[in-house]
Amino acid sequence: MNTETIAAISTAMNNSGIGIIRISGEEAFDIIGKIFRPANPDKKLSEVKSHTVHYGTIMDGETIVDEVLVLTMRAPHTYTREDTVEIDSHGGMFVMQRIMELVLKAGARPAEPGEFTKRAFVNGRIDLSQAEAVIDIINAENDYALKSAVTQLKGSVSEKIRQQRSALLEQIAYIEAALDDPEHIEMEGYGQVLLPKLQEIEDCVEELIRSADDGRIIKEGIRTVILGKPNVGKSSLLNALVGSERAIVTQIPGTTRDALEESIRLKDVTLNIIDTAGIRSTEDIIEKIGVDKAREYAAEADLIVWVVDSSSNLDENDLEVAQLIAGRKAVILLNKQDLPEVTGKEKLFEQLGSRQTALEKIPVIGISALKESGLDMFSETVCQMFYNKDINFNDQVYITNIRQKKALTEAKESLSRAVVSIEDGMPEDFFTIDMMDAYSALGRVIGESVEDDLADEIFAKFCMGK
Amino acid sequence: MGNYVEETYDIVVIGAGHAGCEAALAAARLGMETIMFTVSVDSIALMPCNPNIGGSSKGHLVRELDALGGEMGKNIDKTFIQSRMLNTSKGPAVHSLRAQADKQDYSREMRKTLENTEHLTIRQAEVADLIVEEHTIKGVKTYSGAVYHAKAVIIATGTYLKARCIYGDVYNYTGPNGLQAANHLSSSLIANGIELRRFKTGTPARVDRRSLDFSKMTEQPGDERIVPFSFSTDPDSIQKEQVSCYLTYTNEETHRIIRENISRSPLFSGAIEGTGPRYCPSIEDKVVKFPDKDRHQIFIEPEGLYTNEMYLSGMSSSLPEDVQFAMYKTLAGLENVKIVRNAYAIEYDCVNANDVKASLEFKKIAGLYSAGQFNGSSGYEEAAVQGFMAGVNAARKIKGLNPVILDRSQAYIGVLIDDLVTKENMEPYRMMTSRAEYRLLLRQDNADLRLTAIGHEIGLVSDERYEYVMKKQQTIRDEVARLKTVRVGGEARVQELLERNGSAVLTNGVNLDELIRRPELDYKKVAELDPEYKDLPDDIIEQINIEIKYEGYIERQQKQVDNFRRVESRKLPDNIDYKEISGLRLEAQQKLNLFKPMSIGQASRISGVTPADISVLLIYLTQNKL
Repeated sequence: MNTETIAAISTAMNNSGIGIIRISGEEAFDIIGKIFRPANPDKKLSEVKSHTVHYGTIMDGETIVDEVLVLTMRAPHTYTREDTVEIDSHGGMFVMQRIMELVLKAGARPAEPGEFTKRAFVNGRIDLSQAEAVIDIINAENDYALKSAVTQLKGSVSEKIRQQRSALLEQIAYIEAALDDPEHIEMEGYGQVLLPKLQEIEDCVEELIRSADDGRIIKEGIRTVILGKPNVGKSSLLNALVGSERAIVTQIPGTTRDALEESIRLKDVTLNIIDTAGIRSTEDIIEKIGVDKAREYAAEADLIVWVVDSSSNLDENDLEVAQLIAGRKAVILLNKQDLPEVTGKEKLFEQLGSRQTALEKIPVIGISALKESGLDMFSETVCQMFYNKDINFNDQVYITNIRQKKALTEAKESLSRAVVSIEDGMPEDFFTIDMMDAYSALGRVIGESVEDDLADEIFAKFCMGK
Repeated sequence: MGNYVEETYDIVVIGAGHAGCEAALAAARLGMETIMFTVSVDSIALMPCNPNIGGSSKGHLVRELDALGGEMGKNIDKTFIQSRMLNTSKGPAVHSLRAQADKQDYSREMRKTLENTEHLTIRQAEVADLIVEEHTIKGVKTYSGAVYHAKAVIIATGTYLKARCIYGDVYNYTGPNGLQAANHLSSSLIANGIELRRFKTGTPARVDRRSLDFSKMTEQPGDERIVPFSFSTDPDSIQKEQVSCYLTYTNEETHRIIRENISRSPLFSGAIEGTGPRYCPSIEDKVVKFPDKDRHQIFIEPEGLYTNEMYLSGMSSSLPEDVQFAMYKTLAGLENVKIVRNAYAIEYDCVNANDVKASLEFKKIAGLYSAGQFNGSSGYEEAAVQGFMAGVNAARKIKGLNPVILDRSQAYIGVLIDDLVTKENMEPYRMMTSRAEYRLLLRQDNADLRLTAIGHEIGLVSDERYEYVMKKQQTIRDEVARLKTVRVGGEARVQELLERNGSAVLTNGVNLDELIRRPELDYKKVAELDPEYKDLPDDIIEQINIEIKYEGYIERQQKQVDNFRRVESRKLPDNIDYKEISGLRLEAQQKLNLFKPMSIGQASRISGVTPADISVLLIYLTQNKL
């Protein structure tokens, strides 16, 4: 039943390595034809043999975006049993995003969570006995996408979209109320009143699209959690990072955790430090919110910073934290270097005993959060880990960004059409068709559906007749 | 009294309001032996509230009903006393016809039609019990003990079930207009596992025309050229002298009286428990909810030619009688008003329409159908279309045919019923054009083109009518295609015609459709440039103009409809137990089991069912080869 062509970035995106964009559906070959220029100008992808690889460039108009390899596969011998094209790019995440956007512009839509697998199943590629597994994949990906759609959006961006949506809904409701009850609500010449309002909303959406281009609408950064037993100096560390000239701090309200995230930029790298109220008020993640919560944060984090008090010996709580970071990307900070050292690097590993093998590759840095010493070293180390690709962004963030940009673009197109309808002197009932489309597209950006918003708005704001 | 059997019928219709009448007529006309019960034969097709038919989106419903073979359009064409097409300055999708009725005439004409329909029996009696065996309806029993066996029963009790009329602290346990309420059926419904809810609506006072000073009001005459509701009514046959309505306003003094007495309103004191509609608020609701508005419009509408009673549209109320008297007197032209009937609120039992299928048959009781205000809707027109669909589907079930279910892309009727059975409605549901997502295609002017074939297939539209509409369709199609091939250039006669019509002159050649698309031009205005111009009937020319002028918008909406139909056509069998589908989230399992949607499309509209759940359903269907 799906005839639409879908596309997705199907490998983990990070600053390096190969990325693959996969396109599946009837129009896959048309779409690649629009954006790919083969190195051999006589070659036409629509005519080449199935399952062959082609070298060339991805073009945005006349601009070269990237050199790529394109793999063409004809139905039915593909994963989805549909025509499938894969673009292999070496260009890193920003180039991948650009290519993905070009693919969408050329006619594909972003794949729903698990949609490739779903199509493979529905088209008979996957054995019916595997239905359960397919369902699990879809549910898992969907939960993740749903969560990320909301949590990865910056609070200020969600707020802006909410404002534009409600401004839009108010206008739609007015027009619809007047259409429904023409004898009670006057609408003569309303197009001219509406025009500047729509243009204002359109401008705002356009600004958001530009922000999306720069990745500014999402909380991009390395999700970092600071762990450590009470009184090791976690908040002093945070304060030092926040207060020092090296760091630029913004507070992002409105995440679903009811917690603040500090966004701290260290040279080229942004850390999103998860900082619950609990951590700050008691400095005690282990006791206050429990090992489970700490484990949860640690599991979600891209980077864990373990703060140890170097002026005393390790105790049970330390060993507890040590377990959480085993096998993870982490930095160990030996804090309180301003006091006489009891636990140095060697002593630390000694005390860890059998646990040390899992931790040995983790960099250990001596700092004094109080005196703000050693922080340069910390910052240098984190950046180096990033350059070496030891730590990555969460790639889902970029997929979210692409989806949301697509929805924003659709909203803008609908608003433009409404503006054209006004300028063409169309009757008012034509305006709301496109305005409603814009309203629901903006809803998709922040994960809200339309439901009965309009009827509710009409009844709440306008006094209907009879 | 013993259980004596009086008679056996195919179909029993309970109620003779707008839903009941259409249900009974459709069933009988399809050859079903039908009996229609009413608590009072004198109240058949009664209009207990506003004295008009149609209006925004309701006019669409009447037109659609007419195209399918219903009666309401024909009946109002016979009995209207004023007619207006509303929203004519707006796009064609929201034009809507409204006619003031002579209430008694309307009721009498409908009764005449019913009484002269073969296979139809009218019976004055209160149905008190449903006879249900093994989840299947077997008949009904009246309060006086008579049993009527039937293969299908349609409940269309309107606002009569356990009705209670209220103003101030005065309660009357009656239906509208002091008519006898139906007090016994509710307990039988509950005993059969049907959950009831309580809704509320209201009506304004009726006043004596002789006590009004119209010189202080604005007169609202009818349209010069009257457009009929029914596609089979000849427009020339109904041009006649019309009566006027009048417009006046509430003012600060009115609002002061209302505010000072608000604590005496049963709505505010809590004496009324039913849920009222937000779109049809009482005057006290309006004053409280919109304190910034310094006046509200009140339309004074005649109740008929036979009477001096006038209806005060916009001023329904449940305030005590003395307050009503004081507040009505503050309106310009109503200083000496004499009230004939008080305004009142009415509460009644109704069903949650989520318990019925899109065919309007109860999910739990085979052969039992439900229509109209009993389903939680409001309005004569909303009731009539449901009654018709219930009548048709009950007859089809008896004949072993599939039910006729109109979808959201086919008709406002489809939107109305889908909303009622799929969404959670917390108040009496009223049709609105904004509820129809494909309204550009669902116009009142093309209801015949959309639905005549379906009405013919059902068996309620004559061959002659069907062939006429098919030919009309073809003519429109051919003519639009032809206009796209007629080339005109920049000759003097072309430029002269354009200038004469205030339209930009041509710089290069265009096809005629491109000229017709210009707002200032149309089919007739470019006639002299068209060598093959045909003098076609007005309704056909209207369609040609609309199709050409709004082509881009219409095409876009047509595409959306194609997508919609794809998911709508993936059917879900009735007998799926969604609890067995492990991939569905718990909430989705529960909701789906409750609603038993008929298609993937309907499932996706149930609140609490996510896109991921829909994917899971699709996989389930594939896996089980459904």
